[in-house]
Formats: sequence, C-alpha cells, structure tokens
Amino acid sequence: MNHLWLNALADIVDSLRARWFFVYTIVFGGLVVLLFAYGLAESRIMGFTGLSRLLLTYIQLTMAILPVFVLITTVRSVAGDREAGVFEYLLSLPVSLGAWFWGKIIGRFLMVFLPVFAAMLGALVWGGFKGVELPLNLFIYYTALLMVLAWCFLGIGMLISTLTRSSDVAQGAAFVTWLTLLLFLDLILLGVLIQEHLPAETAVAMALANPMQVFRTASMMLFDPQLVLLGPSAYVILDNFGQSGYIMYALIYPVLLGTACMTLGFYLFKRSDLP
Amino acid sequence: MIQFENVVKRFRRHQVLKGVELEIERGHRVALVGSNGAGKTTLIRCLLGEYTCEGSVRVDGLDPREHRREVLSKVGFVPQLPPPLKMPVIQLVRFAASLCDADPRRMIEVAGRLGLNVDSFRNHPFVKLSGGQKQKLLIAIALGRDSELLLLDEPAANLDPQARHIFFELLAEKKETSVMLISSHRLDEVATLVNRVVEMDQGNLVLDDRVADLVELSSRLYCEVGLIRPETAFARAIMQWGFQTGDGGLNWSGYVAGPDRLRYLGVLSRYAALLGSLRMDEVDTDAEGHDTRHD
Repeated sequence: MNHLWLNALADIVDSLRARWFFVYTIVFGGLVVLLFAYGLAESRIMGFTGLSRLLLTYIQLTMAILPVFVLITTVRSVAGDREAGVFEYLLSLPVSLGAWFWGKIIGRFLMVFLPVFAAMLGALVWGGFKGVELPLNLFIYYTALLMVLAWCFLGIGMLISTLTRSSDVAQGAAFVTWLTLLLFLDLILLGVLIQEHLPAETAVAMALANPMQVFRTASMMLFDPQLVLLGPSAYVILDNFGQSGYIMYALIYPVLLGTACMTLGFYLFKRSDLP
Repeated sequence: MIQFENVVKRFRRHQVLKGVELEIERGHRVALVGSNGAGKTTLIRCLLGEYTCEGSVRVDGLDPREHRREVLSKVGFVPQLPPPLKMPVIQLVRFAASLCDADPRRMIEVAGRLGLNVDSFRNHPFVKLSGGQKQKLLIAIALGRDSELLLLDEPAANLDPQARHIFFELLAEKKETSVMLISSHRLDEVATLVNRVVEMDQGNLVLDDRVADLVELSSRLYCEVGLIRPETAFARAIMQWGFQTGDGGLNWSGYVAGPDRLRYLGVLSRYAALLGSLRMDEVDTDAEGHDTRHD
C-alpha cells in the first residue's frame, strides 16, 4: 500500500481506539438524539419544519462545538504523540515526511468529519423512516459546509501542533485561537468598529476572514437569503458576492485557509526537529 | 559506514552536542555510554535524521535527513521507552513491514523466538502489552528484516533471562554484516556485547576504546550457586534468572547467557556474604539443542 494511505490508515486505527474519538462521536451522535427527543424535528420556526428545522439547529450547535473539538483533539493527540515518543519511533521507519504528515491529515480529517456526517445521515435515515420530507439539498449543502469547516480547523490545528513543542502549550494556543475567532464573530468586531470608526467594508472584510463567521453567514443564508438577520452589513456581502457567489466563497475560502495552514505546518515540520 | 563530523546540536542556548567526531565501520559493536544528559539520545536522533544539527552526519555517504528512506531502510531502531501506540499488534507489524518492504512473517517469527506469540496478541493494542512484550515486539521489528545498522537504546532492559539469551543470539547472527550502536547509561549492562566503547559526557566524546571481543554473543553458561543458608530474598532474585533448587534453597542451578555474565555476577555480589560456592561452565549447544559442558 502507498505510504500515504498506510499512514492515514494507521492514524484512523489509532483514533478509533482513542478516548477523544469516543467522546467526540458521543457528543455529535448525542446531539441528534437530543434534538429528536426534544421534538425539534416536529417544531416549526420561520417556516422551517421537520428535518430542515432539526438540521438547522444541529448546524448552529455544530458551529459552536466542531471547531474547538477539532482544534483541541488535533493538537492534543499530535503534540501528545510527539511528547510520548510516538514520533521518535514511527519516524525512525523509512517513511517520507510528506507521506507521514499528509497521511496523518487525511486520516484525521476522516475521523473528525465522519462522526458529524454520520449523525446528520442518521437523522436523515430516521426522518425517512418516520415518513417526513427529506431536505436533500439542505443536507448536501450542510455536508459540504461541515466538511470545509472541519478541514479548515484541522489545518489550523496541525499548524499549531507543528509550532508548539508540548501538548499543554498546544492546547492553550488552540483554545486561545478558537476564543479569538469566536469573539470576533460579534463582540470584538463591533467593539473595534465603534471605537476605531472603521469603515463598514473593513469590518466586513474582518468577518470574511474569520472562517467561523463565514460558516455562520453561509448557514444563515439558506433560511435567510437576504441576510436580514445580519443587518446592514448584508448589503456589502450581497452587493460584492451575490447569494451564490457567497456560497461559493464559503465553500472555497475555508479549504484554502486550511490547506495554507497545513502547507505552512508541513514546511515548518520538515525543517524542524521531528520528535 | 557512519560518520559524524563536528556535529553540534543546540536547544536554544543549551549546547547538547559539542562538535562530535566519530567514525564507525561495519562489524563494530559500539557501546554508547554516559550518564543522563550526556547526549546519547540526541546523537542517536541526529543519526536517525530526526534532529537538525550543525556539522555533518553520513550513513554510507548519505545525509539521513535528506535521504530518509534510503538511510532508514537500513536501520533497525529499538527505543528505550516503547511508544504508547494504540494500534493492534498485528497492524503495527504489518505497518512497519510495509514501510520497510519486509516480510511481516519474518518479524513474527523473530518475536516467536523471543517468546512472544504474536497470534495470541494480534488484536491487543500495543500499548496494553507488558513492558517485556513491547520490548520483544520492537526488537522483532528491528531484527526481523535486513537492517545493517542497529540502534538499540537499553534494548534488553525489560527482557527475562531466556529472552535475553535469544536476543544475544539474534545479535550474533548479524554481527559480521551490521553496525550496532547500543546505548546505555551503565557499561556493565552492555560491556560483553560490544567490541568498542564510546563514552559521552556533557555533549563531548570522552572515551573511544576497543575492548576485548572474547565473549561469544550466542554462548551460554551453566551455573551453580551454593549458599551457607537459605535466604528468601536471594531465592526471589535468582528465580528471576530461571534458576531452580532441589534442596529447599541451599543450592541453585541454571543457565545464564554468556554476555549476561557481568549482570549475573552483579546480582550475586549483592548476596556475597551468603555465598558458599560458585561454579560457571561454558556450554556448547549442538544442532539438536543438546548441551555439552566444559569444566
């Protein structure tokens, strides 16, 4: 088997036996079960009912949980493996650093994305079983959004893991990164806007650079195409991108950001001490 | 085969290797000794291409950092502390064999010779094995392929006497064609395995000496110990070597691997006041596995 896929498979098998993966799967599977249990599939809000409503709630919750989960588990296991001597041993085997690093990313990506996807798929299957209408377009769109969000934060996580030498520092850095992006969703952004008298375009540019805000706006766009909830800044987005343009941006930008972080991480990994 | 030229390694301001110059040829079995922090592990990591360093490290003329696959395909490495891998035993063997273009059955066979039946543990996570089992598997992965450079960091620390004997036999099979670099912080642990001793202290080579190569790696000794009175603590210690008694703990007998003689005498020295008689005879083992003693 190609060394890249061999490393991806090794990472998958290692993750399947790791506690983080168990907790991660329980959280996302549990979310869907809870949403069903509390009748969100039957409720109606802003014209959304059934599975659309459930997926809408799920995606909002996922936005809050997925980035921090991906960041913390990635840096914890990668930096933890380095500290525990896993790198020292496995990198003494004749594997190229590219196959090792990118294989790890592929394996890890599958492990962080699949539980989230499986939970959504489970909701769809359960909805079909109960005879409710299946929102396939919504399902595909949300799947793509979750995929790019997971890829983006995996890239950031791999970069942090490469930059830090201990799992404690890596976890701290990952948490601060997540918190900063979270605060820039609204609080800091508004504060900076008011205090520095920034033009609206600058504030929107800052929002467009934040992958969490991009995901949030893109998921909002599906049930609120005119972005009424976003207020006046919606004009800047819609005038510059248009609805489909923004959806494309929301799918491409996080992939590019995540890939750029991974590439920079790989470059630094190759040039630094490995274990 | 191996050349270190003016190798310097720094961690921030701390210089861990201070211009190491060392050349090692095929057939050399080198004990790399020194106290904790002497720079042994750092030197090994530079040799594996895992650390960047100043100066030059070459294995058969190749830089292990730039030619990872060519160099590491010749290297069998056994770390001092087994990594906490969660992958099942059989997958680890297949994974390592695939990366090294080796036959996993050969690794499994070597593990079997060391007393580890891989089939019984095939689905156990590696991390859940005992210290000795992990060590046996890592040795099997390092020796169960065509490795020409063996980097062994306290390799026999967790092995029982029987497995140590097999391990020494396995090393003997490779001694003409390979370079062995055996790291330890105690010379008596490895002295009889090697024909050269390199000592490090605070990042410098302070000793590089050839030693008499008289002990056959695969040899065995038949040993008898007589005590002046039975003693529970001694019984516990000697039974770990597989010794047996027929008279309630007064006289003991058993086999010791040739290269283990110093360790064995070290154990006996702790009970010197109890010793009444001592006997060690070299044993020849023929093709059928029968022993012949030389008195």
